Amino acid sequence: MRFSNLEQLIQLCIKESVTIGQLMITEQAAETGKSVQEVIGQMAAYYEIMKEAVFKGIESDMKPRSGLTGGDAKRVHTYLLNDVTSLGTEACTSMAYALAVSEINASMGRIIATPTAGSCGIIPGVFVSSQERFGWSDEHMVHGLFSAGAIGYVIANNSFVSGAEGGCQAEVGSAIGMAAGALVELRGGTPEQAVHAVGLALKNSLGLICDPVGGLVEIPCIVRNGFGAVTAMAAADMALAGVKSVIPSDEVIDVMLEVGSAMPEKHRETAMGGLAQTPTGKKIMKELYGKGER
Amino acid sequence: MRFKDVFSIIGPSMVGPSSSHTAGAVRLGRTARHVLGGLPEHAEIIFYGSFATTYRGHGTDLAIIAGLLNYDTDDMRIKDAFDRAKDAGMEVEIRSAQKAGMHPNTATLILRRGDQKVIVTGCSIGGGNIEIVSIDDFDVKFTAVYPTLLIFHADRRGILAEMTDIFKHADANIGYMEVDRKSRSGDALTVIESDEVLPTEWIDQIVQLRDVYKVRVIHLTSKGDLS
Repeated sequence: MRFSNLEQLIQLCIKESVTIGQLMITEQAAETGKSVQEVIGQMAAYYEIMKEAVFKGIESDMKPRSGLTGGDAKRVHTYLLNDVTSLGTEACTSMAYALAVSEINASMGRIIATPTAGSCGIIPGVFVSSQERFGWSDEHMVHGLFSAGAIGYVIANNSFVSGAEGGCQAEVGSAIGMAAGALVELRGGTPEQAVHAVGLALKNSLGLICDPVGGLVEIPCIVRNGFGAVTAMAAADMALAGVKSVIPSDEVIDVMLEVGSAMPEKHRETAMGGLAQTPTGKKIMKELYGKGER
Repeated sequence: MRFKDVFSIIGPSMVGPSSSHTAGAVRLGRTARHVLGGLPEHAEIIFYGSFATTYRGHGTDLAIIAGLLNYDTDDMRIKDAFDRAKDAGMEVEIRSAQKAGMHPNTATLILRRGDQKVIVTGCSIGGGNIEIVSIDDFDVKFTAVYPTLLIFHADRRGILAEMTDIFKHADANIGYMEVDRKSRSGDALTVIESDEVLPTEWIDQIVQLRDVYKVRVIHLTSKGDLS
Protein backbone atom coordinates (compact mmCIF):
# COMPACT_ATOMS: atom_id res chain seq x y z
CA MET A 1 0.00 0.00 0.00
CA ARG A 2 1.22 3.48 -0.75
CA PHE A 3 -0.10 4.92 2.52
CA SER A 4 0.50 4.09 6.12
CA ASN A 5 -1.32 6.94 7.82
CA LEU A 6 -4.48 8.95 7.23
CA GLU A 7 -2.66 12.11 6.14
CA GLN A 8 -0.91 10.20 3.35
CA LEU A 9 -4.25 8.67 2.42
CA ILE A 10 -5.90 12.09 2.06
CA GLN A 11 -2.96 13.47 0.06
CA LEU A 12 -3.10 10.54 -2.38
CA CYS A 13 -6.85 10.99 -2.81
CA ILE A 14 -6.47 14.70 -3.46
CA LYS A 15 -3.58 14.19 -5.87
CA GLU A 16 -5.39 11.55 -7.87
CA SER A 17 -8.89 13.08 -7.51
CA VAL A 18 -10.40 9.88 -6.16
CA THR A 19 -12.39 8.88 -3.11
CA ILE A 20 -10.80 6.81 -0.35
CA GLY A 21 -12.87 3.84 -1.53
CA GLN A 22 -11.71 4.16 -5.14
CA LEU A 23 -8.10 4.50 -4.05
CA MET A 24 -8.35 1.42 -1.85
CA ILE A 25 -9.76 -0.66 -4.72
CA THR A 26 -6.84 0.12 -7.01
CA GLU A 27 -4.31 -0.29 -4.18
CA GLN A 28 -5.77 -3.67 -3.27
CA ALA A 29 -5.72 -4.83 -6.89
CA ALA A 30 -2.10 -3.70 -7.31
CA GLU A 31 -1.05 -5.26 -4.01
CA THR A 32 -2.59 -8.66 -4.67
CA GLY A 33 -2.13 -8.84 -8.43
CA LYS A 34 -5.86 -9.41 -8.83
CA SER A 35 -8.17 -7.57 -11.19
CA VAL A 36 -10.33 -4.69 -9.96
CA GLN A 37 -13.40 -6.81 -10.75
CA GLU A 38 -12.15 -9.69 -8.63
CA VAL A 39 -11.40 -7.43 -5.70
CA ILE A 40 -14.80 -5.73 -5.93
CA GLY A 41 -16.44 -9.14 -6.33
CA GLN A 42 -15.03 -10.39 -3.05
CA MET A 43 -16.20 -7.28 -1.19
CA ALA A 44 -19.64 -7.56 -2.80
CA ALA A 45 -19.87 -11.14 -1.54
CA TYR A 46 -18.97 -9.91 1.93
CA TYR A 47 -21.69 -7.25 1.77
CA GLU A 48 -24.26 -9.93 0.93
CA ILE A 49 -23.26 -11.84 4.06
CA MET A 50 -23.58 -8.65 6.12
CA LYS A 51 -27.11 -8.04 4.84
CA GLU A 52 -28.03 -11.65 5.43
CA ALA A 53 -26.86 -11.38 9.06
CA VAL A 54 -28.85 -8.15 9.58
CA PHE A 55 -32.11 -9.64 8.37
CA LYS A 56 -31.62 -12.99 10.02
CA GLY A 57 -30.86 -11.27 13.30
CA ILE A 58 -33.90 -8.99 13.13
CA GLU A 59 -36.31 -11.75 12.24
CA SER A 60 -35.25 -14.65 14.36
CA ASP A 61 -34.91 -15.16 18.08
CA MET A 62 -31.23 -15.91 18.08
CA LYS A 63 -30.05 -17.75 21.14
CA PRO A 64 -26.35 -17.64 21.82
CA ARG A 65 -24.93 -20.84 23.26
CA SER A 66 -24.79 -19.39 26.75
CA GLY A 67 -28.49 -18.51 26.84
CA LEU A 68 -27.54 -15.19 28.47
CA THR A 69 -28.52 -12.82 25.69
CA GLY A 70 -30.54 -12.81 22.49
CA GLY A 71 -33.67 -11.20 21.08
CA ASP A 72 -32.56 -7.62 21.75
CA ALA A 73 -32.34 -6.72 18.06
CA LYS A 74 -35.90 -7.87 17.54
CA ARG A 75 -36.98 -6.02 20.69
CA VAL A 76 -35.51 -2.72 19.50
CA HIS A 77 -36.83 -3.21 15.97
CA THR A 78 -40.36 -3.90 17.18
CA TYR A 79 -40.15 -0.90 19.48
CA LEU A 80 -39.07 1.47 16.74
CA LEU A 81 -41.86 0.26 14.45
CA ASN A 82 -44.54 0.74 17.10
CA ASP A 83 -43.38 3.54 19.39
CA VAL A 84 -41.88 6.96 19.32
CA THR A 85 -38.14 6.59 19.82
CA SER A 86 -35.81 8.98 21.58
CA LEU A 87 -33.17 8.72 18.89
CA GLY A 88 -35.35 8.97 15.84
CA THR A 89 -36.11 6.13 13.48
CA GLU A 90 -32.93 6.26 11.40
CA ALA A 91 -30.43 6.02 14.24
CA CYS A 92 -32.63 3.52 16.02
CA THR A 93 -32.73 1.32 12.91
CA SER A 94 -28.96 1.30 12.60
CA MET A 95 -28.79 0.37 16.27
CA ALA A 96 -31.24 -2.52 15.83
CA TYR A 97 -29.32 -3.79 12.80
CA ALA A 98 -26.01 -3.61 14.64
CA LEU A 99 -27.49 -5.59 17.54
CA ALA A 100 -28.82 -8.12 15.04
CA VAL A 101 -25.44 -8.88 13.50
CA SER A 102 -23.79 -9.08 16.92
CA GLU A 103 -26.43 -11.54 18.08
CA ILE A 104 -25.85 -13.69 15.01
CA ASN A 105 -22.15 -13.63 15.88
CA ALA A 106 -22.76 -14.64 19.49
CA SER A 107 -24.80 -17.61 18.32
CA MET A 108 -21.99 -18.87 16.07
CA GLY A 109 -23.68 -17.70 12.90
CA ARG A 110 -21.89 -16.38 9.83
CA ILE A 111 -20.63 -12.79 9.87
CA ILE A 112 -17.89 -10.67 8.36
CA ALA A 113 -15.25 -9.49 10.81
CA THR A 114 -15.26 -5.66 10.52
CA PRO A 115 -12.56 -5.33 11.74
CA THR A 116 -13.21 -8.08 14.29
CA ALA A 117 -16.09 -10.38 15.15
CA GLY A 118 -16.63 -8.61 18.48
CA SER A 119 -17.27 -5.40 16.53
CA CYS A 120 -18.98 -6.95 13.50
CA GLY A 121 -22.34 -5.22 14.00
CA ILE A 122 -21.38 -1.58 13.61
CA ILE A 123 -20.52 -1.36 9.91
CA PRO A 124 -23.46 -3.49 8.71
CA GLY A 125 -25.75 -1.58 11.11
CA VAL A 126 -24.75 1.78 9.67
CA PHE A 127 -24.44 0.59 6.07
CA VAL A 128 -27.63 -1.41 5.66
CA SER A 129 -29.83 1.14 7.43
CA SER A 130 -28.30 4.03 5.44
CA GLN A 131 -28.72 2.12 2.18
CA GLU A 132 -32.43 1.67 2.89
CA ARG A 133 -32.83 5.28 3.87
CA PHE A 134 -30.93 6.89 1.00
CA GLY A 135 -31.73 4.30 -1.68
CA TRP A 136 -28.09 3.64 -2.50
CA SER A 137 -27.01 0.84 -4.82
CA ASP A 138 -25.06 -2.19 -3.63
CA GLU A 139 -22.17 -0.95 -5.75
CA HIS A 140 -22.11 2.29 -3.80
CA MET A 141 -22.09 0.35 -0.53
CA VAL A 142 -19.22 -1.86 -1.69
CA HIS A 143 -17.18 1.26 -2.46
CA GLY A 144 -18.01 2.41 1.06
CA LEU A 145 -16.64 -0.84 2.47
CA PHE A 146 -13.32 -0.22 0.73
CA SER A 147 -13.28 3.23 2.29
CA ALA A 148 -13.94 1.68 5.73
CA GLY A 149 -11.24 -0.88 5.00
CA ALA A 150 -8.64 1.77 4.15
CA ILE A 151 -9.33 3.57 7.43
CA GLY A 152 -9.19 0.30 9.35
CA TYR A 153 -5.95 -0.64 7.64
CA VAL A 154 -4.33 2.54 8.98
CA ILE A 155 -5.74 2.07 12.49
CA ALA A 156 -4.75 -1.61 12.67
CA ASN A 157 -1.19 -0.99 11.53
CA ASN A 158 -0.57 2.05 13.72
CA SER A 159 -2.48 0.92 16.78
CA PHE A 160 -4.60 -2.23 17.17
CA VAL A 161 -8.01 -3.71 16.49
CA SER A 162 -8.22 -6.54 19.01
CA GLY A 163 -9.60 -6.31 22.52
CA ALA A 164 -6.87 -8.55 23.87
CA GLU A 165 -4.25 -6.06 22.70
CA GLY A 166 -5.90 -2.68 23.17
CA GLY A 167 -9.23 -3.07 24.96
CA CYS A 168 -12.65 -2.45 23.49
CA GLN A 169 -11.55 0.96 22.19
CA ALA A 170 -9.48 -1.03 19.69
CA GLU A 171 -12.37 -3.25 18.58
CA VAL A 172 -15.58 -1.29 18.83
CA GLY A 173 -13.68 2.01 18.63
CA SER A 174 -11.98 1.09 15.36
CA ALA A 175 -15.26 -0.09 13.86
CA ILE A 176 -16.96 3.18 14.84
CA GLY A 177 -14.15 5.19 13.25
CA MET A 178 -14.29 3.11 10.08
CA ALA A 179 -18.09 3.36 9.83
CA ALA A 180 -18.05 7.10 10.52
CA GLY A 181 -15.45 7.85 7.86
CA ALA A 182 -17.10 5.60 5.30
CA LEU A 183 -20.53 7.10 5.94
CA VAL A 184 -19.14 10.59 5.30
CA GLU A 185 -17.81 9.39 1.97
CA LEU A 186 -21.00 7.50 1.08
CA ARG A 187 -22.88 10.76 1.64
CA GLY A 188 -20.60 12.70 -0.65
CA GLY A 189 -18.19 14.17 1.89
CA THR A 190 -14.55 14.76 1.02
CA PRO A 191 -11.71 12.43 2.05
CA GLU A 192 -10.64 15.12 4.49
CA GLN A 193 -14.07 15.24 6.11
CA ALA A 194 -14.10 11.45 6.26
CA VAL A 195 -10.82 11.46 8.14
CA HIS A 196 -12.08 14.12 10.56
CA ALA A 197 -15.02 11.82 11.28
CA VAL A 198 -12.55 9.05 12.13
CA GLY A 199 -10.75 11.23 14.67
CA LEU A 200 -13.99 12.54 16.18
CA ALA A 201 -15.35 9.02 16.52
CA LEU A 202 -12.19 7.48 17.95
CA LYS A 203 -11.89 10.16 20.60
CA ASN A 204 -15.24 9.13 21.95
CA SER A 205 -14.19 5.56 22.67
CA LEU A 206 -10.67 6.11 24.00
CA GLY A 207 -10.09 4.20 27.19
CA LEU A 208 -12.89 1.72 26.66
CA ILE A 209 -11.88 -1.53 28.33
CA CYS A 210 -12.58 -5.06 27.12
CA ASP A 211 -14.39 -6.88 29.93
CA PRO A 212 -16.55 -9.66 28.50
CA VAL A 213 -18.63 -11.45 31.13
CA GLY A 214 -17.63 -15.10 31.23
CA GLY A 215 -15.18 -14.35 28.42
CA LEU A 216 -18.10 -14.47 25.98
CA VAL A 217 -18.65 -12.02 23.12
CA GLU A 218 -22.06 -11.11 24.54
CA ILE A 219 -22.09 -8.86 27.62
CA PRO A 220 -21.34 -5.99 27.03
CA CYS A 221 -20.17 -6.56 23.43
CA ILE A 222 -23.59 -6.81 21.81
CA VAL A 223 -25.01 -3.57 23.21
CA ARG A 224 -21.72 -1.77 22.56
CA ASN A 225 -22.20 -2.60 18.89
CA GLY A 226 -25.65 -1.03 19.03
CA PHE A 227 -24.30 2.13 20.66
CA GLY A 228 -21.36 2.10 18.25
CA ALA A 229 -23.58 2.36 15.18
CA VAL A 230 -25.27 5.44 16.62
CA THR A 231 -21.95 7.06 17.54
CA ALA A 232 -20.63 6.48 14.03
CA MET A 233 -23.62 8.30 12.57
CA ALA A 234 -23.16 11.17 15.03
CA ALA A 235 -19.48 11.51 14.11
CA ALA A 236 -20.34 11.46 10.39
CA ASP A 237 -22.87 14.23 10.92
CA MET A 238 -20.40 16.35 12.85
CA ALA A 239 -17.81 16.00 10.11
CA LEU A 240 -20.31 16.71 7.33
CA ALA A 241 -21.38 19.80 9.26
CA GLY A 242 -17.79 20.98 9.18
CA VAL A 243 -16.62 19.97 12.64
CA LYS A 244 -12.94 19.11 12.61
CA SER A 245 -10.92 16.83 14.80
CA VAL A 246 -8.57 19.44 16.27
CA ILE A 247 -6.20 16.69 17.33
CA PRO A 248 -5.32 15.20 13.93
CA SER A 249 -6.85 11.75 13.48
CA ASP A 250 -3.42 10.12 13.09
CA GLU A 251 -2.49 11.48 16.50
CA VAL A 252 -5.72 10.14 17.98
CA ILE A 253 -4.78 6.71 16.63
CA ASP A 254 -1.40 7.04 18.36
CA VAL A 255 -3.20 7.91 21.58
CA MET A 256 -5.28 4.77 21.26
CA LEU A 257 -2.04 2.78 21.05
CA GLU A 258 -0.69 4.55 24.12
CA VAL A 259 -3.85 4.09 26.17
CA GLY A 260 -4.30 0.46 25.13
CA SER A 261 -0.71 -0.42 25.89
CA ALA A 262 -1.05 1.10 29.36
CA MET A 263 -4.25 -0.81 30.07
CA PRO A 264 -3.85 -3.50 32.72
CA GLU A 265 -4.18 -7.05 31.48
CA LYS A 266 -7.34 -7.60 33.49
CA HIS A 267 -9.08 -5.03 31.30
CA ARG A 268 -7.98 -6.60 28.03
CA GLU A 269 -10.33 -9.44 27.22
CA THR A 270 -9.18 -11.71 30.01
CA ALA A 271 -12.54 -11.51 31.81
CA MET A 272 -10.55 -10.82 34.98
CA GLY A 273 -11.78 -7.26 35.50
CA GLY A 274 -14.50 -4.76 34.71
CA LEU A 275 -18.06 -6.00 34.17
CA ALA A 276 -16.82 -9.59 34.11
CA GLN A 277 -15.79 -9.37 37.75
CA THR A 278 -18.90 -7.69 39.18
CA PRO A 279 -20.87 -9.87 41.61
CA THR A 280 -23.35 -10.66 38.83
CA GLY A 281 -20.59 -11.22 36.28
CA LYS A 282 -18.91 -13.69 38.59
CA LYS A 283 -22.20 -15.43 39.32
CA ILE A 284 -22.88 -15.80 35.59
CA MET A 285 -19.41 -17.20 35.03
CA LYS A 286 -19.91 -19.73 37.84
CA GLU A 287 -23.29 -20.78 36.49
CA LEU A 288 -21.99 -21.16 32.95
CA TYR A 289 -18.92 -23.20 33.66
CA GLY A 290 -20.41 -24.89 36.68
CA LYS A 291 -23.20 -26.42 34.63
CA GLY A 292 -20.79 -27.81 32.09
CA GLU A 293 -21.13 -25.15 29.41
CA ARG A 294 -18.11 -25.63 27.27
CA MET B 1 2.85 -3.80 8.35
CA ARG B 2 1.09 -6.38 10.52
CA PHE B 3 -2.11 -6.13 8.51
CA LYS B 4 -1.47 -6.63 4.84
CA ASP B 5 -4.53 -5.60 2.90
CA VAL B 6 -8.14 -4.48 2.91
CA PHE B 7 -9.48 -8.00 3.43
CA SER B 8 -7.48 -8.45 6.60
CA ILE B 9 -9.64 -5.57 7.92
CA ILE B 10 -12.99 -6.22 6.22
CA GLY B 11 -13.21 -9.96 6.62
CA PRO B 12 -12.79 -12.80 6.91
CA SER B 13 -16.17 -14.30 6.35
CA MET B 14 -16.42 -16.36 9.50
CA VAL B 15 -18.50 -18.17 12.06
CA GLY B 16 -18.60 -16.21 15.35
CA PRO B 17 -18.16 -15.30 18.07
CA SER B 18 -14.58 -13.93 18.02
CA SER B 19 -12.28 -13.14 15.16
CA SER B 20 -9.22 -13.59 17.39
CA HIS B 21 -10.44 -16.62 19.28
CA THR B 22 -12.45 -18.28 16.56
CA ALA B 23 -11.40 -17.26 13.03
CA GLY B 24 -7.75 -16.71 13.97
CA ALA B 25 -7.78 -20.02 15.81
CA VAL B 26 -9.17 -21.83 12.76
CA ARG B 27 -6.29 -20.42 10.74
CA LEU B 28 -3.74 -21.40 13.38
CA GLY B 29 -5.06 -24.96 13.32
CA ARG B 30 -5.13 -25.08 9.54
CA THR B 31 -1.63 -23.70 9.21
CA ALA B 32 -0.34 -26.28 11.70
CA ARG B 33 -2.06 -29.05 9.75
CA HIS B 34 -0.32 -27.89 6.59
CA VAL B 35 3.01 -27.81 8.43
CA LEU B 36 2.42 -31.44 9.42
CA GLY B 37 1.30 -32.28 5.90
CA GLY B 38 -2.09 -33.82 6.64
CA LEU B 39 -4.65 -34.75 9.30
CA PRO B 40 -3.01 -35.33 12.68
CA GLU B 41 -3.73 -38.59 14.46
CA HIS B 42 -3.03 -36.87 17.75
CA ALA B 43 -3.17 -33.18 18.58
CA GLU B 44 -2.10 -31.57 21.82
CA ILE B 45 -3.32 -27.99 22.07
CA ILE B 46 -1.81 -25.64 24.65
CA PHE B 47 -3.45 -22.28 25.26
CA TYR B 48 -1.69 -19.24 26.72
CA GLY B 49 -2.85 -15.80 27.91
CA SER B 50 -6.37 -14.72 26.99
CA PHE B 51 -6.75 -17.93 24.98
CA ALA B 52 -6.22 -19.88 28.20
CA THR B 53 -8.72 -17.85 30.24
CA THR B 54 -11.54 -17.51 27.71
CA TYR B 55 -11.23 -20.32 25.19
CA ARG B 56 -14.35 -22.11 26.39
CA GLY B 57 -16.67 -19.16 25.88
CA HIS B 58 -15.24 -18.36 22.46
CA GLY B 59 -15.12 -21.91 21.15
CA THR B 60 -11.38 -21.51 20.52
CA ASP B 61 -10.91 -25.24 21.10
CA LEU B 62 -13.57 -26.02 18.50
CA ALA B 63 -11.98 -23.56 16.11
CA ILE B 64 -8.47 -24.98 16.35
CA ILE B 65 -9.80 -28.49 15.87
CA ALA B 66 -11.84 -27.28 12.88
CA GLY B 67 -8.63 -25.87 11.43
CA LEU B 68 -6.87 -29.17 11.98
CA LEU B 69 -9.72 -30.74 10.02
CA ASN B 70 -8.85 -28.23 7.25
CA TYR B 71 -12.11 -26.25 7.55
CA ASP B 72 -12.18 -22.61 6.50
CA THR B 73 -13.19 -19.77 8.86
CA ASP B 74 -16.83 -19.69 7.69
CA ASP B 75 -17.48 -23.42 7.74
CA MET B 76 -20.74 -24.10 9.56
CA ARG B 77 -19.32 -27.41 10.82
CA ILE B 78 -16.99 -25.56 13.23
CA LYS B 79 -19.43 -25.88 16.12
CA ASP B 80 -19.46 -29.68 15.71
CA ALA B 81 -15.68 -29.93 15.41
CA PHE B 82 -15.26 -32.20 18.45
CA ASP B 83 -17.56 -34.84 17.01
CA ARG B 84 -16.10 -34.46 13.53
CA ALA B 85 -12.58 -34.94 14.90
CA LYS B 86 -13.68 -38.13 16.61
CA ASP B 87 -15.22 -39.37 13.36
CA ALA B 88 -12.02 -38.53 11.49
CA GLY B 89 -9.97 -40.49 14.02
CA MET B 90 -8.13 -37.52 15.51
CA GLU B 91 -7.38 -37.62 19.24
CA VAL B 92 -7.32 -34.23 20.94
CA GLU B 93 -5.85 -33.10 24.24
CA ILE B 94 -6.30 -29.53 25.50
CA ARG B 95 -4.49 -27.77 28.30
CA SER B 96 -3.55 -24.29 29.46
CA ALA B 97 -0.15 -23.01 30.49
CA GLN B 98 1.60 -19.81 31.50
CA LYS B 99 4.61 -18.31 29.80
CA ALA B 100 5.78 -14.72 30.17
CA GLY B 101 6.34 -12.38 27.27
CA MET B 102 3.94 -13.99 24.84
CA HIS B 103 1.23 -12.35 22.76
CA PRO B 104 -2.04 -12.54 24.77
CA ASN B 105 -3.61 -14.92 22.25
CA THR B 106 -1.07 -17.66 21.73
CA ALA B 107 -1.43 -21.39 21.16
CA THR B 108 1.08 -24.18 20.73
CA LEU B 109 0.02 -27.22 18.74
CA ILE B 110 1.90 -30.47 19.03
CA LEU B 111 0.77 -32.68 16.18
CA ARG B 112 1.56 -36.29 15.39
CA ARG B 113 0.88 -38.35 12.31
CA GLY B 114 2.67 -41.68 11.87
CA ASP B 115 6.31 -40.98 12.59
CA GLN B 116 5.90 -37.27 11.83
CA LYS B 117 5.73 -34.75 14.64
CA VAL B 118 5.60 -30.96 14.49
CA ILE B 119 5.31 -28.26 17.14
CA VAL B 120 3.76 -25.05 15.88
CA THR B 121 3.29 -21.90 17.97
CA GLY B 122 1.24 -19.01 16.68
CA CYS B 123 -0.58 -15.89 17.82
CA SER B 124 -3.94 -14.53 16.83
CA ILE B 125 -3.32 -10.82 16.38
CA GLY B 126 -6.84 -9.57 15.73
CA GLY B 127 -9.48 -9.57 13.03
CA GLY B 128 -8.75 -13.22 12.22
CA ASN B 129 -5.13 -12.52 11.32
CA ILE B 130 -2.36 -14.71 12.66
CA GLU B 131 1.39 -14.81 13.05
CA ILE B 132 3.26 -18.09 13.30
CA VAL B 133 6.19 -17.50 15.66
CA SER B 134 7.88 -20.87 15.93
CA ILE B 135 8.00 -24.26 14.24
CA ASP B 136 9.76 -27.04 16.12
CA ASP B 137 12.77 -25.20 17.55
CA PHE B 138 12.97 -22.61 14.82
CA ASP B 139 11.93 -18.97 15.29
CA VAL B 140 9.84 -17.83 12.35
CA LYS B 141 7.48 -15.00 11.56
CA PHE B 142 4.88 -15.40 8.85
CA THR B 143 1.18 -14.69 8.50
CA ALA B 144 -0.09 -17.40 6.14
CA VAL B 145 -1.80 -14.66 4.12
CA TYR B 146 0.38 -15.47 1.12
CA PRO B 147 1.30 -18.87 -0.30
CA THR B 148 4.17 -19.89 1.98
CA LEU B 149 6.86 -22.52 1.51
CA LEU B 150 8.61 -24.06 4.49
CA ILE B 151 11.86 -25.66 3.50
CA PHE B 152 13.55 -27.81 6.13
CA HIS B 153 17.18 -28.30 5.19
CA ALA B 154 20.78 -28.47 6.33
CA ASP B 155 22.72 -25.24 6.71
CA ARG B 156 25.11 -25.38 3.75
CA ARG B 157 26.88 -22.81 1.61
CA GLY B 158 24.99 -22.02 -1.57
CA ILE B 159 21.76 -23.81 -0.70
CA LEU B 160 19.75 -20.57 -0.48
CA ALA B 161 20.96 -19.49 -3.90
CA GLU B 162 19.85 -22.85 -5.29
CA MET B 163 16.39 -22.35 -3.81
CA THR B 164 15.95 -18.81 -5.04
CA ASP B 165 17.26 -19.84 -8.44
CA ILE B 166 14.31 -22.22 -8.72
CA PHE B 167 11.97 -19.34 -7.94
CA LYS B 168 13.67 -17.31 -10.63
CA HIS B 169 13.21 -20.01 -13.22
CA ALA B 170 9.60 -20.53 -12.15
CA ASP B 171 9.09 -16.80 -12.70
CA ALA B 172 7.74 -16.53 -9.16
CA ASN B 173 8.25 -13.48 -6.96
CA ILE B 174 9.48 -13.79 -3.39
CA GLY B 175 7.77 -11.25 -1.11
CA TYR B 176 9.45 -12.24 2.13
CA MET B 177 12.09 -14.73 3.15
CA GLU B 178 13.78 -15.71 6.39
CA VAL B 179 16.19 -18.37 7.53
CA ASP B 180 16.73 -19.71 11.03
CA ARG B 181 19.36 -22.31 11.81
CA LYS B 182 19.92 -24.28 14.95
CA SER B 183 23.69 -24.07 14.55
CA ARG B 184 26.34 -23.54 11.92
CA SER B 185 26.15 -26.49 9.52
CA GLY B 186 23.18 -27.78 11.54
CA ASP B 187 19.50 -27.93 10.68
CA ALA B 188 17.83 -24.89 9.18
CA LEU B 189 14.37 -23.75 8.22
CA THR B 190 13.76 -21.35 5.38
CA VAL B 191 10.39 -19.66 5.06
CA ILE B 192 9.48 -18.12 1.72
CA GLU B 193 6.31 -16.14 1.10
CA SER B 194 5.58 -15.72 -2.57
CA ASP B 195 3.01 -13.82 -4.58
CA GLU B 196 1.78 -16.98 -6.27
CA VAL B 197 1.57 -20.69 -5.52
CA LEU B 198 4.63 -22.39 -6.95
CA PRO B 199 3.55 -25.11 -9.41
CA THR B 200 4.21 -28.68 -8.21
CA GLU B 201 7.04 -29.33 -10.65
CA TRP B 202 9.03 -26.46 -9.19
CA ILE B 203 8.32 -27.55 -5.62
CA ASP B 204 9.58 -31.01 -6.62
CA GLN B 205 12.82 -29.42 -7.76
CA ILE B 206 13.28 -27.83 -4.33
CA VAL B 207 12.54 -31.16 -2.66
CA GLN B 208 15.24 -32.77 -4.80
CA LEU B 209 17.94 -30.27 -3.86
CA ARG B 210 20.80 -31.82 -1.90
CA ASP B 211 20.41 -31.35 1.88
CA VAL B 212 16.70 -30.47 1.68
CA TYR B 213 14.81 -32.74 4.10
CA LYS B 214 11.22 -31.76 3.46
CA VAL B 215 9.11 -29.01 1.99
CA ARG B 216 5.67 -27.92 3.17
CA VAL B 217 3.23 -25.61 1.43
CA ILE B 218 0.83 -23.40 3.36
CA HIS B 219 -1.93 -21.83 1.36
CA LEU B 220 -5.05 -21.14 3.35
CA THR B 221 -7.22 -19.96 0.48
CA SER B 222 -6.99 -23.36 -1.19
CA LYS B 223 -9.40 -26.07 -0.14
CA GLY B 224 -7.21 -29.17 -0.02
CA ASP B 225 -3.87 -30.23 1.41
CA LEU B 226 -0.97 -29.20 -0.76
CA SER B 227 1.80 -31.11 0.94
